[in-house]
Amino acid sequence: MAAASASAGEQYNYDIVRKFTVMALVWGVLGMLAGVYIASELAWPILNLDNPALTFGRLRPVHTTLVIFGFGGSALFATSYYVVQRTCQTRLFSDGLANFTFWGWQLSVGLAAISYMAGYTQAREYAEMVWPIDLLIAVTWVAYLVVYVVTLTRRSQPHIYVANWFFIAFILATALLHIFNNMAVPVSFFSLESYSLHAGVQDAMTQWWYGHNAVGFFLTAAFLGMMYYFVPKQAGRPVYSYRLSIIHFWALIFLYMWVGGHHLHWTALPDWTSTLAATFSILLLLPSWGGMINGIMTLSGAWDKLRTDPVIRFMVVSLSFYGMSTFEGPLMSLKSVNALSHYTDWTIGHVHSGALGWVAMVSFGSLYHLVPRLWETTMYSVRAIYLHFWLATIGIVLYISAMWVSGIGQGLMLRAFDEYGNLAYNFIETVSFLHKPYVIRAFGGALFVTGIIIMGWNVVMTIRKGRREAAEIEARIAAKMAAAS
Amino acid sequence: MKHESIETNSGLLIVLTLIVISIGGLVEIVPLYFIDDTVETVKVDGVDTIRPYTPLELRGRDIYQREGCYTCHSQMIRPFRDEALRYGHYSLAAESQFDHPFQWGSKRTGPDLARVGGKYSNDWHVRHLVAPRSMVPESIMPNYPWLLDTPLRYKDIENRMRALKMVGVPYSETEAEYNANVERFGKEVADMLDINYATENLVKQAQTGNYDLDNTDITEMDALVAYLQVLGTMVDFKQFDEGYFATFR
Repeated sequence: MAAASASAGEQYNYDIVRKFTVMALVWGVLGMLAGVYIASELAWPILNLDNPALTFGRLRPVHTTLVIFGFGGSALFATSYYVVQRTCQTRLFSDGLANFTFWGWQLSVGLAAISYMAGYTQAREYAEMVWPIDLLIAVTWVAYLVVYVVTLTRRSQPHIYVANWFFIAFILATALLHIFNNMAVPVSFFSLESYSLHAGVQDAMTQWWYGHNAVGFFLTAAFLGMMYYFVPKQAGRPVYSYRLSIIHFWALIFLYMWVGGHHLHWTALPDWTSTLAATFSILLLLPSWGGMINGIMTLSGAWDKLRTDPVIRFMVVSLSFYGMSTFEGPLMSLKSVNALSHYTDWTIGHVHSGALGWVAMVSFGSLYHLVPRLWETTMYSVRAIYLHFWLATIGIVLYISAMWVSGIGQGLMLRAFDEYGNLAYNFIETVSFLHKPYVIRAFGGALFVTGIIIMGWNVVMTIRKGRREAAEIEARIAAKMAAAS
Repeated sequence: MKHESIETNSGLLIVLTLIVISIGGLVEIVPLYFIDDTVETVKVDGVDTIRPYTPLELRGRDIYQREGCYTCHSQMIRPFRDEALRYGHYSLAAESQFDHPFQWGSKRTGPDLARVGGKYSNDWHVRHLVAPRSMVPESIMPNYPWLLDTPLRYKDIENRMRALKMVGVPYSETEAEYNANVERFGKEVADMLDINYATENLVKQAQTGNYDLDNTDITEMDALVAYLQVLGTMVDFKQFDEGYFATFR
């Protein structure tokens, strides 16, 4: 046993995977707590506390950055480094460079959160980081690309496994998007502030080309890579259709890059651009469902495991939410639907059915698969995993239902006319209507965050258990050696 | 070519992926810089009525960004009947042509602000920003009392304008640039866009505008209210034929 584990440690760099796994949970807890706090600020504005750092406007990017880049990003680093090593059957290239990506990434996320609260932001959604942090991210990302690609070229298998295609596309696309969207001229060399290179309509299109592909590549393609490794592993079955994975991979990465303009329907963006974006958004349903079907069908035949394996439950629910939100997305990208949904909470609900339902749930499933293998033990509490599953699932359902009510409700109220042809409601009446859904949303979010806190506790106890077991084995060996001599 | 040749060659996989992901952006973004109709021409008597921000308005815009106002307020009115009644004429691309970055927003937790300029008095804005619920009891906006107490930093206003000049905003530094601005915007506006007089102009506008109702100092409130009061006021739609702006869409 001891000899086998020692050689696994030498063969693969698990240390970097462990570090990113722990940080994914740390940022997850902090980012989701920030989310519940800002959700509560909308329900009870007194919580802004007249403190600049805690106002909704400054905390909202803290929430989005911590959950997308802190939690999602660290989970992706962890799983991609694990998957590339396992599927290529080779050790990760350069421990030093891999460690650099760890510290570079953690520093970027931490500094970003602090700088927003201090009032330093580029005021571009999901790209609020000021220019020095953007540079740090760029350098870290290039190091990530190098580590990943060199490891890939050192594979002992002729084939590159499908999960790695998605990770490669995610790394390349994120680099492209990050660089072009963040081009800016600083106020001075010693100023954190800058003005973006693009203006107005071109700036809007660039930003949403970036913004939607933060969803498309960071939060989808990469998590599909995660899905393509961990779902077959956990189900103990091969990927359902190899041919489908090829078709939906190329279609997905091609189509996603066209759809950002659907965030700008009916704006000053020219009609030709937003029509193209809507068209490609509808087409995108096909490759999205291709991935969903491939995942679900891989699980098919292992349905009995749903009763005994909570990890499989996370994966089934995540794929179901992926299917649901990639149906809702094209629907909302239709200009007629968008006329109602845009600027309302429907968008927020849609994002969260993807981000909580798909991204977070598939991450939880994958991390529950990963943690026992990284620390060479079993999960401390399986019942706690079931509890986490139910808290998360009920939390999401409350969250998105509340947002459907508030989004569609507000949209309808804003366009309502009375019998004399005047506006039926003024704006503030629609805000009053939002209060109850906002309370329910905050409660749903609180359930979800309780779930990840339980997971954090479970993982800490598992790590301690793993260390204790390793120490016991060492002690027994030492005792035997002593007895033998 | 069989797909197997891509799966067994990481270089080929990377190159093909890069090509496939580049096409969408190239087709949709690049033409926006070259198709003239993308940004409307808005001239009255041969003079551009949409101008870059004055130094004070610019600092107000910086504060608007710093506080994350865009997370709850849009600045983009859509061409619908209810929005026309609530906010005014739909927004033109030309109206944000000097906005680095754009602040169209994506969510209206509060109302759209694209044409909020002139809709309320300075007095209303100051009270509302300090304590929104004192003006609108049902509001869920945070209080911003510190804007009234914090002196406005404007030592680096010239650097800010120079940075914006580098990305294409027509602030002037040389005689020739100033003259071009006189021709394009008229003398009164051109004077405000002169980087050499930025500090002077900022102080003068804050004192004569009386934005925060207190002339003894220049606060962040002065700048923010000056910015809010100019939003959407640069185009006088009565000067244009009906349907003129539709020809650009």
